[in-house]
Amino acid sequence: MIAELGLAALWLAAALALLQLVCGVMVVRRDDAALASVIRPLAVVQGALAALAFGALLLCFARFDLSVKLVAMNSRDAQPLIFQIAGTWGNHEGSMLMWVTIMSLAGALIALIERRVPERTMIATLATQAFVGLGFYAFLLIASNPFERLDPPAQQGLGLNPALQDIGLAYHPPTLYFGYVGLSVAFSFAVGALITRQVTPAFARAMRPWVLGAWIFLTLGITAGSYWAYYELGWGGWWFWDPTENASLMPWLAATALLHSVSVLAARDALRTWTIMLGVVAFSMSMVGTFLVRSGILTSVHAFAIDPERGAFILGLLALYVGSALVLFALRAGTVAEGERFAVTSREGALVVNNVVLCALLAIVLVGTLYPLVTEAYGVRVSVGPPYFTPVSALFFLPMLVVLAVGPLLRWRRDSLERIQRPLVLFFAIAVIALAGVWFNSSIGFLPLVGMALAAMLAVASFAPAQGRNLRRLPLAVWGMMIAHFGIAVALFGMAADSAFTVEKLVAAKEGDTVEIGPWLATLKTVEPVAGPNWTALEATLAVSYEGEPGKALRPQQRSFWAPAQKTSESALLTRWNGQLYTVLGDQAEDGRWQLRLWWKPFVTWIWYGGILIGLGGLLALIGRVGNDLKRRHAQVRIARRKRTAE
Amino acid sequence: MRLLLAFLALALAAPVIAQDSMPDAPYAYKQLEDPAQEAKAKALMETLRCLTCQGQSIADSDAKIAGDMRHQVRTRIKAGESPEAIRRWLMERYGDYISYKPELSETTWPLFALPLVLVLAGGLVLFGRFRRRA
Repeated sequence: MIAELGLAALWLAAALALLQLVCGVMVVRRDDAALASVIRPLAVVQGALAALAFGALLLCFARFDLSVKLVAMNSRDAQPLIFQIAGTWGNHEGSMLMWVTIMSLAGALIALIERRVPERTMIATLATQAFVGLGFYAFLLIASNPFERLDPPAQQGLGLNPALQDIGLAYHPPTLYFGYVGLSVAFSFAVGALITRQVTPAFARAMRPWVLGAWIFLTLGITAGSYWAYYELGWGGWWFWDPTENASLMPWLAATALLHSVSVLAARDALRTWTIMLGVVAFSMSMVGTFLVRSGILTSVHAFAIDPERGAFILGLLALYVGSALVLFALRAGTVAEGERFAVTSREGALVVNNVVLCALLAIVLVGTLYPLVTEAYGVRVSVGPPYFTPVSALFFLPMLVVLAVGPLLRWRRDSLERIQRPLVLFFAIAVIALAGVWFNSSIGFLPLVGMALAAMLAVASFAPAQGRNLRRLPLAVWGMMIAHFGIAVALFGMAADSAFTVEKLVAAKEGDTVEIGPWLATLKTVEPVAGPNWTALEATLAVSYEGEPGKALRPQQRSFWAPAQKTSESALLTRWNGQLYTVLGDQAEDGRWQLRLWWKPFVTWIWYGGILIGLGGLLALIGRVGNDLKRRHAQVRIARRKRTAE
Repeated sequence: MRLLLAFLALALAAPVIAQDSMPDAPYAYKQLEDPAQEAKAKALMETLRCLTCQGQSIADSDAKIAGDMRHQVRTRIKAGESPEAIRRWLMERYGDYISYKPELSETTWPLFALPLVLVLAGGLVLFGRFRRRA
């Protein structure tokens, strides 16, 4: 009954989306106040119905209803409840339902609260949102119905992929989806503004919280995904330039560019068409990511099922949305009036450089990811991996950091480098001293060396905008910017330190053996069997101590899940402020010794601390911006009221 | 009861584990004695694809074939072969697909042209934009 209710809600939501689209198009073509007044309520009800459908699926999973095919395929009774529930989106159909739910809820939210944009633009925006939503409703209802029944019901479920049975599943996919789908709102705003040709600072201010919000979620989602892969895969790698990772990086790069250009548009009324273009590109990248991950064109833990029909469907949607948005852009971009002008040496100038470089990075990741697919279509198989992506992206990323350090110090419109000569000399000196310091004390590769020097420079430069200003009166958005930029320095330092200073030890040890690994001593105490709710494991107990400090115990496991039957290695990590000790238990050799894999990874955690700082900076900026907007609206209401009483 | 189950499962799994750890590839999970050679081997392994995995290099994988290949790489480095010679040997055996490092060739030149094109295009955009305005 619950499943049928969910399916009915989904069909109704789809029908309302269609109605919302038709009404929207009619209102935009010929003003009709009566029709216009139904569009916002339509969006809200549609959002509620989608949420109802998702709630129904959650309930099916929580109640472990084996008569629903999706539950039987992806769940099993001995799984802990959290994975039982998170399993809802640990599969193709459920994750697509979550996608469309978040999307229609976002549409409902703008319908409820957004009043700054001219009503006609708003209606065009909501119609676009319905247009995009409709495609995904169709995809769910036609090609991936999550509520399909099994008759007779299954006796037992097949169980969730053991690699996904981790707390990461509870937050990593939802976080990323909020990001992907938040960009759909930016896309709809961009298309809406193109349709009515009203690209104004007010429009930018309405769009900005959505871009910021999506970007925060993407940042945190990528950070969490990277850390999850790092501890789950058991080899200490934290970024593999794997196509599914690139699929999340591309929207992030586009959103980062969009975030900066929308700020220019909001503050200075410049970069109008460019911002619109980025709005289209950013969501296109979300869709490309979905296509890459969900179509089964890539085999990966993220591609739950290989099904060419679904791949073709998503590709069709991608072509439809991106294609029609680009055509609209080509038709309308020329008629959007040019924005304000500015000189090269100005805040805007630096932000344009930032945008160009981010787009170049995006192009590199996009081409590098798609290239093997293209050559494979011609029968040639090539691999494009870290040896290509890392140096080529560094070629663009590292110089951009110099602009990042200088840009925030520049004034809007027109400025000169002489004015900020002093901080520039200081930044340069810090970079040179750091470079020399690292170079004389260790023999590390070129990229980590430059990375560390630039990280040191950027760490100082990121707080330079606060110099000479009253810290308590500094706007929250400026704090957000400084903290996010500082986060980049922290993450970059972590990346450089990890690749330069990691110590690896692969050993075969018997109980009682002690291994030295960098500053650590690790003693294998015992290896014993342990059991969990749906697995058994061999667990090693390692006594580890750092430079003679009191010892601690680490317990890496080799787990065998029985449904589905699969082995995973559960690494055990010990975190200090200056790095992480990473231990993995391997197989037993013939002579009875155990394979141990140990890594001492100095400052590796700074990569994710940096990611969190970047997200935190975004959050502060968001709070600051929204707070300002509320204050402004409040003031406007007060002025209007005063006028009325005066009359 | 759970513990008993665990023991039972392990007892049943024991032959499988034994098979996994047949010492036919001692260097799969063992480093070379010479740190300089090991560093070379490690750098090379990070650029070779594990053919049965999901976007992982042979340096990041528990798969059997990845272990065998690590053994191959380490033994050959130990015997004094250069990393690039080993890469070429593997590419002849398994195809270009095995190397994550695309080599400049008829099929891959666009990958190398791309950064140049981007630098030029970015430069032109910036130059054009600011010259028009100055």
